[in-house]
Amino acid sequence: MARVDLKNVRKSYGTVPVIHGVDLTIEDGEFVVFVGPSGCGKSTLLRMIAGLEEINGGDILIEGERMNAVPPAKRGIAMVFQSYALYPHMSVRKNLSFGLETARAPKAEIEAKVAKAAEILRIEHLLDRKPKQLSGGQRQRVAIGRAIVREPRLFLFDEPLSNLDAELRVQMRVEIAKLHSDLGTSMVYVTHDQVEAMTLADKIVVLHGGVIEQVGSPLDLYNNPANIFVAGFIGSPRMNFFKGKAVAGKTLALEMAGTVIPVPLTPPAGLTDVVLGVRPEHISIGGTDGVLLGRATIDIVEQLGGQTIAYGRFADGQNVTIVCEGQKQIAHKQEVELRALPTLLHAFDGTEKRITA
Amino acid sequence: MASIAQPSSGLGQTVRKSLPAYGFLSPWLIGLFCLTAGPVLASLYLSFTNFDLIQTPRWVGTANYERIFTNDPKFIAAMKVTFTYVLLSVPFKLAFALMLAMALNRGIQGLSIYRAIFYLPSLLGASVAIAVLWRQVFAGDGLLNAVLKWAFGYQGPSWISNPDYALYTLVSLSIWQFGSPMIIFLAGLRQIPQDMYEAASLDGAGPMRQMFKITLPLLTPVIFFNGVIQTIEAFKAFTPAFIVSEGTGGPVDSTMFYTLYLYLEGFAYLRMGYASALAWVLVVIIAFFTAFSFLSAKYWVHYDD
Repeated sequence: MARVDLKNVRKSYGTVPVIHGVDLTIEDGEFVVFVGPSGCGKSTLLRMIAGLEEINGGDILIEGERMNAVPPAKRGIAMVFQSYALYPHMSVRKNLSFGLETARAPKAEIEAKVAKAAEILRIEHLLDRKPKQLSGGQRQRVAIGRAIVREPRLFLFDEPLSNLDAELRVQMRVEIAKLHSDLGTSMVYVTHDQVEAMTLADKIVVLHGGVIEQVGSPLDLYNNPANIFVAGFIGSPRMNFFKGKAVAGKTLALEMAGTVIPVPLTPPAGLTDVVLGVRPEHISIGGTDGVLLGRATIDIVEQLGGQTIAYGRFADGQNVTIVCEGQKQIAHKQEVELRALPTLLHAFDGTEKRITA
Repeated sequence: MASIAQPSSGLGQTVRKSLPAYGFLSPWLIGLFCLTAGPVLASLYLSFTNFDLIQTPRWVGTANYERIFTNDPKFIAAMKVTFTYVLLSVPFKLAFALMLAMALNRGIQGLSIYRAIFYLPSLLGASVAIAVLWRQVFAGDGLLNAVLKWAFGYQGPSWISNPDYALYTLVSLSIWQFGSPMIIFLAGLRQIPQDMYEAASLDGAGPMRQMFKITLPLLTPVIFFNGVIQTIEAFKAFTPAFIVSEGTGGPVDSTMFYTLYLYLEGFAYLRMGYASALAWVLVVIIAFFTAFSFLSAKYWVHYDD
């Protein structure tokens, strides 16, 4: 287990900065997920912790020890690559033992550690196979096994599930969560899939353009996103954003497509343009609970069995997505009244920051 | 009731469909049959005859082959020279090509320029002009000795007239033509995923262990390909020996390559039948080496799929 501190960590490729001074602490035994769109710098940051990318500024500390110039193998970390990076010419057993053999560990110790890792991942029967004889899921297990035998103080995962099909991804996700609870080792996990982030993380770090947008627990990010980017990135389907004009008064209210929507917040001074954020699952069709958002025409309805997802438009052309529990019958082009509980409404100011007061 | 149209004639239609393809292929097909396959088969027949290019070939059965294996000291000498040349030039050339490919693969600037410069000798190397140049460089009063004298005060021998050195001079000329295997090695090195090295460095492997445990094993398909091609090329080497020894295979048969001996038998002594038999023996030797390489491949070549 290890605590990791990133202090004003910076990285540039030539003159192009890609990580702009990141400060972050990963506590002992914590499962931290770096999440963000492609090119946000999440993999670069992970590789900097691994020592695979040089850092141009700041410090990386593992258990208080400065790691900037320490080679990857001496950092006490293990990494699982997106491509698995298994050695294709070696058997699974050799893949697992390569690092220990390199470190000249005693043979008996190597055998014991390989056997233990194989048992944890249930790959004992695959030990004498070559990687090409394994399925995607099995390769993934071997890649994780290779990390386990090193008994690292920190695990790094770089989008490890992105090459697996949907079903296997869910299965492996559960296994990684179980592995974390069994081993109790600190883990840093990179993904662009916010569902993976929400389900696995103790702490999510949302990155955008090489900058940390917000750090927090999954539910904290879901309930209290710091800005429009985080609000849109966390949650699936993504949050609805409606543009409106602030209506003068002591309590925040905005006017959208002829409807005035009160939001139980104090408006900051000089507020004119407001973006209202409402999660699709917080909008109800019809009923009397909550405040009226307006009337929308439904264009497309998707029946998922357990849920119904409807896509529609307000009179001013703004799109809206609604998620209803169960199998809701909504006709094509039907005009519906949309409502939401005021406490579940989010409002963002002109700088895209969430209004919290 | 509408009848279902039957194809007029399956075979005829296939031939008609293929005709344009064969039309476009015809220059190559004519070349293959008239200039390659025809002479190859003719030489197989001639290897069982006495033929001096003037009189009609006279059937002698296996007499030519019997002479090769029982009563031809020059054949043994040529085999020795050729095998020495193959066993020295191929590994050295491949090692040199691999070394340079690895150096070029380190992401240096101006890679394409270096690649072109290093490839140049291979473009020129097998030519008569370069063999002539080589003769001048390695002659008693050549450039090499001039440099040796200037730098170390050492008066070197004539590297091409001395039977102790002549063959090794030709080996060095062969190694100098490392460009083609180097380009193929370079392509092979670039196929090895970077994350393989990253995983190895996380596993604590330093540059040497990475080279022996990652690079070389993953490069074995390319090493195998280059090895087979270069071995065949080395067995077929002719021009350098012909020019440097001025067509004699001398001094004292020290550069009597198999192909040079074959050439002398055919075109100097006009023993075309015997030369054909020698050619077919070489074919069998090359086929044996190639087959052996392919059979051994499953023990040391790692294919990803």
